[in-house]
This record gives sequence, C-alpha cells and structure tokens, in this order.
Amino acid sequence: MNQRFWTGRRRDNLAGYLFIAPQLAGSILFVFVPLALVVWYSLHEWNVLAGTFEFTGGANYEQLASDPRLPGVLAATGLFSAGLVVLNLTLALLLAVLLNQKLRGTIFFRTVFFSPVVVSLVAWTIVWGFLLQDNGGINGVLSWLGIAGPNWLRGEGTAMISVIVVQVVKNVGLNMILFLAALQGVPANLYEAARMDGASRWRQFRSITVPMISPTILLTSIITVVGSLQVFAQIAVLTQGGPGTSTTVLVYYLYQQAFQFHHFGYGATLSVLLFAIVLTLTVVQWQMRKRWVFHES
Amino acid sequence: MRKLALACAAALALTACGTNTPAAESTGPVSLRMTVWTSNEAHLKLFNDIAAAYKAKNPRVTEVKFDPIPFESYTTTLTTQIAGGNGPDLAWILENAAPDFVSSGALVALDGYDTSDLSPAATKLWQQNGKLIAYPFSTSPFGVFVNTDLLKAAGQPLPDDLIAQGKWSWDNVIASAAAVNAETGKAGIVVRDFDYKSWDNLSTVWQGWGAQAWSEDGKTCGFNQQPMVDAMTFLHKGIFIEKAFPGPGTTADFFAGEAGMTITQISRASLLKDGKFGWDLVPLPSGPKGKYSVIGQAGLGALKKGKNPSVAADFLSFFTNAENSAKLAAYFPPPRKSQLTADTLAKTNPLLKPDQLQSVVVDGISTGVVKPSHKGQAEIAQAVRSALDPLWKPDANVKAVLDGVCGSINPLLAK
Repeated sequence: MNQRFWTGRRRDNLAGYLFIAPQLAGSILFVFVPLALVVWYSLHEWNVLAGTFEFTGGANYEQLASDPRLPGVLAATGLFSAGLVVLNLTLALLLAVLLNQKLRGTIFFRTVFFSPVVVSLVAWTIVWGFLLQDNGGINGVLSWLGIAGPNWLRGEGTAMISVIVVQVVKNVGLNMILFLAALQGVPANLYEAARMDGASRWRQFRSITVPMISPTILLTSIITVVGSLQVFAQIAVLTQGGPGTSTTVLVYYLYQQAFQFHHFGYGATLSVLLFAIVLTLTVVQWQMRKRWVFHES
Repeated sequence: MRKLALACAAALALTACGTNTPAAESTGPVSLRMTVWTSNEAHLKLFNDIAAAYKAKNPRVTEVKFDPIPFESYTTTLTTQIAGGNGPDLAWILENAAPDFVSSGALVALDGYDTSDLSPAATKLWQQNGKLIAYPFSTSPFGVFVNTDLLKAAGQPLPDDLIAQGKWSWDNVIASAAAVNAETGKAGIVVRDFDYKSWDNLSTVWQGWGAQAWSEDGKTCGFNQQPMVDAMTFLHKGIFIEKAFPGPGTTADFFAGEAGMTITQISRASLLKDGKFGWDLVPLPSGPKGKYSVIGQAGLGALKKGKNPSVAADFLSFFTNAENSAKLAAYFPPPRKSQLTADTLAKTNPLLKPDQLQSVVVDGISTGVVKPSHKGQAEIAQAVRSALDPLWKPDANVKAVLDGVCGSINPLLAK
C-alpha cells in the first residue's frame, strides 16, 4: 500500500514542500498571523492598563476617517517619501555613472559612498543629531565659511530636509551599487554602435543606459518607496515628530498612538492603512513596469 | 516599525489579552520581578539587600529580580510589556503616568498600609477614593545647582549672599546667568531635561508666577491664563534677549561644567561626586508670587495582572516600611514625616550640607507642588509639545502660541 502511495512524483513533491517548510512556517508565524491579528485588533478598543479589550466594529476606522491630525501626517509622509525617492535615486544613479568610469580612485570612492550602509542606523542618526545642533558641527563649518547656518532640527522646513538628507546619505550607497552592477551589464557594443552613429554622451545615456538598466530602476524605486514609508528611527532620534508636527510621518504617528498614548486598537488601524498604502504603491509600480521597463530577463 | 508592531502583535497572540481579573494564585515558590529606571549599582545593591531580608523571612519567595529599563522610554516599555502579557509584578511609576495607572485599576490597592506617617502632599497623586494605590517612594524636590567658579569668573554675587540679602529672585538669577553667558561663553542657566521638548520641567519656573498647566480638577487649560502668559514671556525674553538660557537645539551639561546654574532634582547631586568645580545647591528663586517649590515623584505599585499580586503587595509593604524607607532615603527622599528631617537625611546624603537639606528638601517637600500630570498625559504632553514649538523662536507671539496650546489640548482635557 505504502509502496503505491509514495510514487516518485509524490516523493518529489514532499521533498519540495519540506525544503520550503522552514521559510513558510516562519512567514506564517511572523508575517501572516500577525497581519491577520493587526486587522483583528483594529476592530477593538484595547486599554492596556485597564486590561479591557472590547469589540467596537468599525469605530476605529470612523476615527481614522475623521482624525484631524491624519491629513497633516499623510502630507508629511508624502513629502518625506517624495523627497527621499527623488534625491536618493538621482544621486545614486549619478554616483554610479561617475564611478563606472575607468578612472583612478573609483574603488576608493565606491567604498566611501557604500560604507554608511553598513553603519548601525541608530548610531548613524545620533551622530547626525549632534552635527545638526544649533551649535553643532555643520553650523561650525558654515560659520567658518562666514555663513550663519539655520537651526536645522528646529525649523519646520529644515527639519524635514535634514531628516531626508540624513537618510539619503545613509542609504544611497546601496542603490548606487545596484545601479553600478546594472551599468556594467550593459553591452559595450551598444555604445560603440551609438558612437559610430554620432550619438552624444547624453543621447547614449538616455537611449541606451536608461532603457537597459530600467529593471534596476524599477527595483530600486520599489525598495526606496517602501523603505521611505517605514522610516522611524531617524524621526524618533532626530525630531520626535517636531517641530510642531512637521516630521510626524505615518509610522511615527502609529507608534505614538499605540505605544505612547496606549491606543493599541487605533494604532492597529493605522497599521492597516500603512499596509494598504504600501501594497497599492507596489502594485501600481509593478503594473507600470510594462510601460517603462524596456526589457526583462 | 511595522515589523515591530507585528512582532508585538504576535507575542500578544500567544497570551491572554483579557481582563484584569487576577488568576488564581499558586501556593508554590514565587518569583517577583520589579521594573525600575535606575541601573545605578549602589541603588541595585540596596534593593537586593532589602529583597534578601524579605526572602529570609518568606521562604516561599525564591527570587526578587530588579529589572532596569532606560528612563527615556520607561513608561512606553512598561506598558508594552503589560500589553504583551509579560508585565512585571511590581513597577516604579513616574508621576506623569500616575493618573493613568492609579485610575485604570491596573494596580492592587494597598489596603491596610499604615499611612499615618506619610505626608499628605506626597500621597495625593497616588490615591483613589481615599485608598492608597501606589507608594510614593521618592519625592524629590527641585533645586538650583550652582557652579560657583563660573559665577565668580563672571563677577556675579553668589546665591548664598543673595539669599542672605533676600534677593534670591528670578530677576537676579537671569541677570547672573546672562552675565555668565556673556563673560564666559558658557550657558547661563539650564532647566535640565527640558530640551525644548519635555515642557513639564518648566513648571519649576512658572510656579513662581502661580501659573499652572491646567486647573486642579484637570478640566480647564491654564496655558493662556495671565500668570502663564507672564511666566512664558519672562522665559522667552530670558532665552532670546538676555541669552540667560541656552537656545533651542543647543546642549549644555551643568555637571560637565558647561553651565553656570541648573534646575534639577537633588538626586543628581551624586553626579558631582568627582566634580572639578566649586558648587552649591540652593532652593528655587522666588518669583513674582513669592517663594515656591516643585517636586518630582516616583511611585511603586503592585500590578493586578502579575501571577502573585498579593505577594507582590506584601513585598511592597516590606520594601517601603519605616526601616527600609530610612535606607532608601539615601537616594530617594522619603514621604515619611518622621524621616523628613535634615539630621536623618544628612546621614545618608554626605554630599549635601544640613542647611541645604533643610531648605531644599525638607521645606521643599512640605510646600511643594508636584509637576503637572493628567489622565492621558502622554497624548496631552505630545499635543502641548508641538503646540509650544512656535514659541521657541525669537519673534514668537507668546499669547497667540499659548492660546494655540489651549486650543489643541482642550478636547483632550475634556475626555
């Protein structure tokens, strides 16, 4: 009986399932179950101290729709993401193109730009916090040059710019390496042909480089957009959402509601909103690839 | 962050997130855990000594573990532990979280605790319907630490002399602080831990104007009332015109010799053990409304949700009884009237002189106003912080900003 049940095909299937089982178990336990629970919690009013956990239906979602602080939070999130994505991708591509030249010292500069990626995020942010103080290192250098620097983390505009730049400098190296790898995969004969046709360097970049590395541009933009929506440590360390609420992005607001104000149910509702936003953006970007990704292997 | 939230949620799934009804208590060996925000070795040694004495008397209790959590994130971490079903048996509670903890029913009421020796000013925040819910083990007044070397370098009179002449007032403090800044380039006076965020520390200033964050019943906003407007105008001028306080985004650590004066609690005196400069500790200066003092408090409570709440409450009574309270007084000014004398305190506070203890600690506790606290404090504090941010600019309109503060916290006060 056993002999007949365990056919070769079934054995193969079983082996396959066993190979993916550890990963699948991890995903179920640490991703899907919590995800379902967050949705469940978002339907409840949960007072941790009093120990009450009451079903309130859509009350948290009604609060979400009428939360006077939410538009400001979403605007700050959008501003942060837009600023980060544009600055990060532009700079990463620029650096990658520059460091892809056959010049002396490129290895050194590649290392320099990549090294912040491996530094601990919180340590990196704390050091920047000191540099950005009114009497900190950056303004020290500026005053040396005869410029009176602003109080970076205390001005509404400069605080957001500071947080974006700190994050870009931290992570631009990763996108740069991805772009470098893509650039090196572009066949040299395409450029050769273009040169013979009299194409300028800008024309070569626009008509050969960009289309050839478009899958990488898609990948880096998805990673960067999703990452930008999850920014937390930089905000918590540098500005705590201030001045005013100018840097209170969605994840930080979620943290405040759940862990500082003890509104765990509403915090879970905000998590669901964040999940929906990330999912939508990723799906949209994925759909757009058909239009602007030139080739996919 | 989302991952963290998810991980917490996963932890919760494995625990009951039900009600506060205590589970049936076991009769087997008991192990207790108490969260604290100190990791000072001398403090922990004292706690462990007291715990050892308790274990000797109660063989059932096999372990009492003191679990330090960093001060900055203390309440957040504590509530997250409770939410995760992993709360401690006993916990230190900061005064700003007191209304939430006391009113929520999360703590075991300390029925039968002998409160006759406790100062009513000290226990006020920790009671509900006349019952003691948590024990205010530390009632620490704010005072002014002074770097006498810096004051002398700036040619300023020392506070002792000003006090003797009856001139220890905010106006003179600001004048001295401004002179320190102008002459030495160091900061004048620092409201420690304020940092233009933790605004409740400013109550150590505005109390001198008789200002309050909200009314006694917690329902009316006090920020846009005249005493607060006057106090904040004074503060704003001190920061941006006289430069007596370091401005926003500037740090200066008094204990590293970077400021002429600082307002903080006396427990920080231990930081001056190896001080490289001359220093003094004096009471808060008098404001337009005369002399005043402000106290910061910390309570100790036993959590209902622990496995053995009655044992935890019993340990709490032992930990804070008269005998142990006298030992704890070395670091934490006690709420017990019998122990609040300069003589008793002097035995355990060798860095402070008896007259410093009398004027700052003993007098401070009997007349002190506790730093502001309210139910839902974290949310109110956040709203005040962001509404106050526009005040920390040279051209701010003080009254308009303070109206804005009331506008944003009124709905929260009404809850």
